[in-house]
Amino acid sequence: MSLLEVKNLTVEFQTASGPFRAVDGVSLKVDEGEVLAIVGESGSGKSVSMLAAMGLLPWTAKVTADVLTFNGRDMQAMSDSDRRKIIGKDIAMIFQEPIASLNPCFTVGYQIEEVLRIHTDLSRKARRDRAIELFQSVGIPNPEERLGHFPHQMSGGQCQRVMIATALACNPKLLIADEPTTALDVTIQKQILDLLMKLQAEHGMGLIIITHDMGVVAETADRVIVQYKGRQIEEADVLSLFSAPKSVYTKALLSALPENATGERLPTITEKLTDAEIFAGAVR
Amino acid sequence: MSTVQNTADTKTGGTPPSGLSEFWFYFSRNKGAVIGLFVFLVILFVAVFAPFVAPHSPSSQNRELLLLPPVFQQGGMWGHILGTDAVGRDILSRLIYGARFSLFIGLVVVTLSVVSGVLIGLVAGYFRGKVDTFIMRIMDIILAFPSLLLALVLVAVLGPGLLNAMIAISLVNQPHFVRLTRAAVMTEKSKDYVVGSKVAGAGTLRLMFLTILPNCLAPLIVQATLAFSAAILDAAALGFLGMGAQPPTPEWGTMLAEAREFIQRAWWVVTFPGLAILITVLAINLMGDGLRDALDPKLKRS
Amino acid sequence: MFRFIFGRLAVLIPTFLGVSLIAFSFIRLLPGDPVMLMSGERVMSPERHAELMHQLGLDRPMYIQYFDYLAGLLTGDFGSSIVTKRPVLDDFLQLFPATIELSLCAIILAVVLGIPAGVLAAVKRGTWLDQSIMGVALVGYSMPIFWWGLLLIIFFSGYLGWTPVSGRISLMYFFPQVTGFMLIDSLISGQAGAFKSAVTYLILPTIVLATIPLAVIARQTRSAMLEVLGEDYVRTARAKGLSPFRVIGVHALRNAMIPVITTIGLQVGVLLAGAILTETIFSWPGIGKWMVDSVFKRDYAVVQGGLMLIAAVIMIVNLVVDLLYGWVNPRIRH
Repeated sequence: MSLLEVKNLTVEFQTASGPFRAVDGVSLKVDEGEVLAIVGESGSGKSVSMLAAMGLLPWTAKVTADVLTFNGRDMQAMSDSDRRKIIGKDIAMIFQEPIASLNPCFTVGYQIEEVLRIHTDLSRKARRDRAIELFQSVGIPNPEERLGHFPHQMSGGQCQRVMIATALACNPKLLIADEPTTALDVTIQKQILDLLMKLQAEHGMGLIIITHDMGVVAETADRVIVQYKGRQIEEADVLSLFSAPKSVYTKALLSALPENATGERLPTITEKLTDAEIFAGAVR
Repeated sequence: MSTVQNTADTKTGGTPPSGLSEFWFYFSRNKGAVIGLFVFLVILFVAVFAPFVAPHSPSSQNRELLLLPPVFQQGGMWGHILGTDAVGRDILSRLIYGARFSLFIGLVVVTLSVVSGVLIGLVAGYFRGKVDTFIMRIMDIILAFPSLLLALVLVAVLGPGLLNAMIAISLVNQPHFVRLTRAAVMTEKSKDYVVGSKVAGAGTLRLMFLTILPNCLAPLIVQATLAFSAAILDAAALGFLGMGAQPPTPEWGTMLAEAREFIQRAWWVVTFPGLAILITVLAINLMGDGLRDALDPKLKRS
Repeated sequence: MFRFIFGRLAVLIPTFLGVSLIAFSFIRLLPGDPVMLMSGERVMSPERHAELMHQLGLDRPMYIQYFDYLAGLLTGDFGSSIVTKRPVLDDFLQLFPATIELSLCAIILAVVLGIPAGVLAAVKRGTWLDQSIMGVALVGYSMPIFWWGLLLIIFFSGYLGWTPVSGRISLMYFFPQVTGFMLIDSLISGQAGAFKSAVTYLILPTIVLATIPLAVIARQTRSAMLEVLGEDYVRTARAKGLSPFRVIGVHALRNAMIPVITTIGLQVGVLLAGAILTETIFSWPGIGKWMVDSVFKRDYAVVQGGLMLIAAVIMIVNLVVDLLYGWVNPRIRH
């Protein structure tokens, strides 16, 4: 049984100019201890599909799916309050902008202990100890002091560590990382990725990394899903994707990587391919 | 020559909406704003053509019909739809003439406070430094008083009357425009297009009025609408306190002050002038909200 | 934090000087003879005039007069009434509690109703509920409150006979003024029904005075809330599995409160301006009515002193609001 199973997920937004389909028939599976990367350009619906799976989209979004289960439980049939018992505890998520993702009005200690207060029976003292332990495990020095700091007193990398610590607070079975390194400096990116991979291995949890960066994919993933404009283009294990991409889009995507560039200018994808060609070349 | 040809060709493909039609597109999406605009235009029409619209003269007293109730109440007459006041003047006609005063007050106050406020704000925001500090301290001082109290005291100094009331209200309104202009100028001044035209050799006055000012207009227009309605309210309040327009002027606030003693006997003498103020101010504020939505690029995107 | 408070105080001093200069010049700008204005006498001989000029210190250079005035202010001398000869400060201190009581009740009503209304409108954005709340708020914002007060009197006092028309408490009750707050004093007095009477006298003026701040706070809360609800940290809070109540009531509201607190602070000036009208309509014996009466009685010494005192109160309240702002917004505190 898969940890998270999604079949034929569709998300539509009502806009002034009619309904807009952000995600169109996406299916995926993640197992415990597996790292799945969802890769695509911005607007490919990769974040939206994960937010939809967690039930975090605003009510203006219309979400439908044939199957949407976590750990065998149907997330669609579940009541909101039941879903909230899973979210933040068994499924955790971290986001692209670590500083903006932390509430500027509360100390980071408050924000990490809040998760423990909601999802566990730990005492105030035990929550404090757990928070310190978590800060240590994500490599934040002086955790006792740091807990009293506000997000704006910390760097982006530090904030992302706080986010990761918060996500791991209740030992989740699945962690969804939405562009976890995009907003960070290049040197910090590497550290955060290494940290994520280390923690994933230690806890044996499922990890979904949403990214537009093929480098990140190569470094982390076991399996890859390529998305374009809300549709799934290709799914493969990481080695075969890089060595023998099947869809025209993936081929174009890989040839657009700077390290594969041959001429003076980097090739762009839309220059070569139309949407119709991309969708026609999809391999599912 | 060929470039001219080119632009002409591309334009036929689809003309981009002009500024005005784009503005109307966003403004008209706000139903309240359209209603407000309509009501305002009706009031404006009535005010301009008051002598033709009003059934009676605002000052003619009918000694036989004192405190006549409105037509829908028992004892009312079609000749005086909204009834008469304590000296037998037709309330509807007085309200119609009163619209002239309110709109005139609003217009004068907004003009005075916008012109002075924008000039002072431009200077403060453009030159910064000591000039700025000095100007902003003075604005702080004006803002340290409750606006109505300051206006009241100013009128006490200048003498009661409509003109002095307008001057006083303009003075207490003007710091808002100074602050707004200054803030807008300060954000715009550091932008590339200003630096660009400075490098191109534009003079100080040109930079201030032709380069920067037009780009600060949106918040100023919205604030001007709000100031318009605030001025009508303040002038009515001063009239109500006996410090604005003096009786027998059919100014709405002054009419209310005169009607106060009949509050228990004749509800209509009190109700209709206030309703006129409320409807006018509400219409202008509805327009103001619509303007804000239409002019604020931040809201447009959502 | 200390530097923050100190910086605020430093800005206050020039403002205070400017305000005092305005209050000082006010009486000298009035048309007519300052001696006659200040002494309240209508006819006088040239000798008497010169004597009074000297007595009032008006024959000395202007700047010395101003420094004297300033020194007086700092020692609590705000001048004396021309009509009653009583010190302005004494009258002010006696009447001010009535205005504070009314204003506090009004701002509490405005906050207690305005913030939830704004939050509700923001959360239900675009629904009929949002539209009706904002519609009512806009009517309140556009309300000529002197007329609104009269309407309420016509309906509740005249037609229904529920509430009294003017004053602070029924004449049946008499007890010593301890705190100056009628609600508290009536309780202390222990007289049966006194508190209830005080409440019925307070209700209509409170509603009238609260109307505009209530509308402003509701509108500001809604727009602040809408902005905050789109922030990343609200999504994070939801991703933690927090209940909607905690997400909105704790995470979003705490941030939305930052601009709202500024707005509430700005309402102090609005409240005191509104108090002038409300107190006049309800014959509420506070400083608003006192100022209007003094303007009419041409008691310019009281107007001058009152102007100074009211401006001082507003400056102090603004300072407190600034400090509160720093306390609510950690980005300023650190």
